[in-house]
Amino acid sequence: MSATTMGSGAIPGPAKDEKTSLALGRSRHRANVIVKTLCVAATLIGLVFLASILFTLLWRGIGGLSLAVFTTSTLPPGSNGGLLNAIVGSLIQTVLGAAIGTPIGLMVGTYLAEYAQNSTLGNAVRFVSDVLLSAPSILIGLFVYTLLVEPFDGFSGIAGCLALAVIVIPIVVRTTEDMLRLIPNTLREAVIGLGAPKWKMITLVCYRAAREGIATGVLLAIARVAGETAPLLFTSLGNLNWSVDLTKPMASLPVTIYQYAGSAFEDWVQLAWAGALLITFGVLAINIIARVVLRGGK
Amino acid sequence: MFAGLARFSGIFVLILLGAIIVGLFLGGEAALRAFGPFFVADTEWDPVQQLFGGLVPIYGTLITSVLALTFAVPIAFGIAFYLTELAPQWARRPIGTAIELLAAVPSIIYGMWGFFVVVPLMAQYVQPWAIDTIGEMPVIGFLFQGPPFGTGILTASLILGIMIIPFIAATMRDVFETVPPVYKESAYGVGCTTWEVMRSIVIPYTRVSVVGGIMLGLGRALGETMAVTFVIGNTNRIATSLFGPGNTIASIVALEFPESEAHSLKLSSLLLLGFILFIISFIVLAISRALLRPRLKG
Repeated sequence: MSATTMGSGAIPGPAKDEKTSLALGRSRHRANVIVKTLCVAATLIGLVFLASILFTLLWRGIGGLSLAVFTTSTLPPGSNGGLLNAIVGSLIQTVLGAAIGTPIGLMVGTYLAEYAQNSTLGNAVRFVSDVLLSAPSILIGLFVYTLLVEPFDGFSGIAGCLALAVIVIPIVVRTTEDMLRLIPNTLREAVIGLGAPKWKMITLVCYRAAREGIATGVLLAIARVAGETAPLLFTSLGNLNWSVDLTKPMASLPVTIYQYAGSAFEDWVQLAWAGALLITFGVLAINIIARVVLRGGK
Repeated sequence: MFAGLARFSGIFVLILLGAIIVGLFLGGEAALRAFGPFFVADTEWDPVQQLFGGLVPIYGTLITSVLALTFAVPIAFGIAFYLTELAPQWARRPIGTAIELLAAVPSIIYGMWGFFVVVPLMAQYVQPWAIDTIGEMPVIGFLFQGPPFGTGILTASLILGIMIIPFIAATMRDVFETVPPVYKESAYGVGCTTWEVMRSIVIPYTRVSVVGGIMLGLGRALGETMAVTFVIGNTNRIATSLFGPGNTIASIVALEFPESEAHSLKLSSLLLLGFILFIISFIVLAISRALLRPRLKG
């Protein structure tokens, strides 16, 4: 803060006479003010984007929210359908995807933090996991298509779950490893010193100490996959009828929104907005809860 | 036992990445055999004559991602600068969280918001204005000509830019925070303004990692699917104007895949495009990680 007040005063520098020195001070001060203003403007622009998205969702979506959205399945245009099958399908696939991906991610994160800190294999796994974290999700969908849908000749809910699980794994790996690394080594030494085997140390002490952090990772992973559309397009495909059969195509909220938002029927577009409102506020709520959990743990 | 399980999970992640690469490649092999390596230089996409080339989507992917960076980097830099140096303590957490929530909004929501909010704005105000002013200029004028549909490459890049702002801003903020306070204090002590400290101390110190953060944003933009599909216009033609329609690898896969028959040449071409996209993102993300790792990890 002192730096800004010094700008216009006499400052040390190459300037010989006072006039040049003052002019230099002024121009430095001016540059500083301009950059600061631009930075505040950039932050405001970012916040305006968020506000605009949320406002648009509320404005267009709230009119479409009614009890029927939660109690009726998708129906042909003009017949007052709801989103029940899509909501249930999304819940099933998200929960199963997280249930499949979390244990794997947890084990990989444990391996990286507890067993392979600096080994070549550990570094390779860490690198690959980081790449998967940002890999295009549509390619995960394509991959599961070639692996499960094409050979078995059919789109299925379980293929969708697996595609989401592949996305969950690297997120859980990242947070698990980071959180386990925060645990002081003295704690580990104390447990080992009591004669406990390493696996007991990890499961009974480290996991417990990193509980909040790991839970945050799982929540963030759930929030991320709940809104994923691209990996489901070629795996669970979407289904306009009520179905909870994992071997059949299954509806999901994002895919239904995608199909409805691009349609020419006004009531479908309205439903798409209602669905978009639900999914966004659900995802943002999970994100905020995850942050609160993490802060509570620290 | 536990150690073995953890190790196996780590290896599983490596296998997963290998399987994705091999799976996409095998899927695209038929197209590669039919069209040869010139697949990447061919603009044809003709399902009737069974001729497929990948140049247009590859070009669209690269141009939209690079344009997105030119929007996103200055704004992300401003946000990161504001959050680390300018914002009052009490405002840092809420504003930081709000920007991070921007990253949590599902990509399909960006697509809908872009299609129903940004596209009309572009069509009614931005594009007619740009066509009348910049479009008349020599040399760069041709980039801003054509009918103002609102959709097109520029709009897609804009949305992509907004989507990657939070990723770049968060990474930049994290690396800016790694600058030892004593360096900054010394600079302030000799009378530097905030901007001068940023320019002469923080940026040189974090240069490599800042580039890493930008590459991370690029990696995200390359594979973004749903948002782009809504607003890019989906035409397999290389437009000279930024207002012209186009497509990207991710958007053509999302749109054409459901219309392709299993084991067809078209499907194989799409998988080959997916393979190419995976390789491009893999390289970008690998560079990003290599640049970020020394700073963000111990």
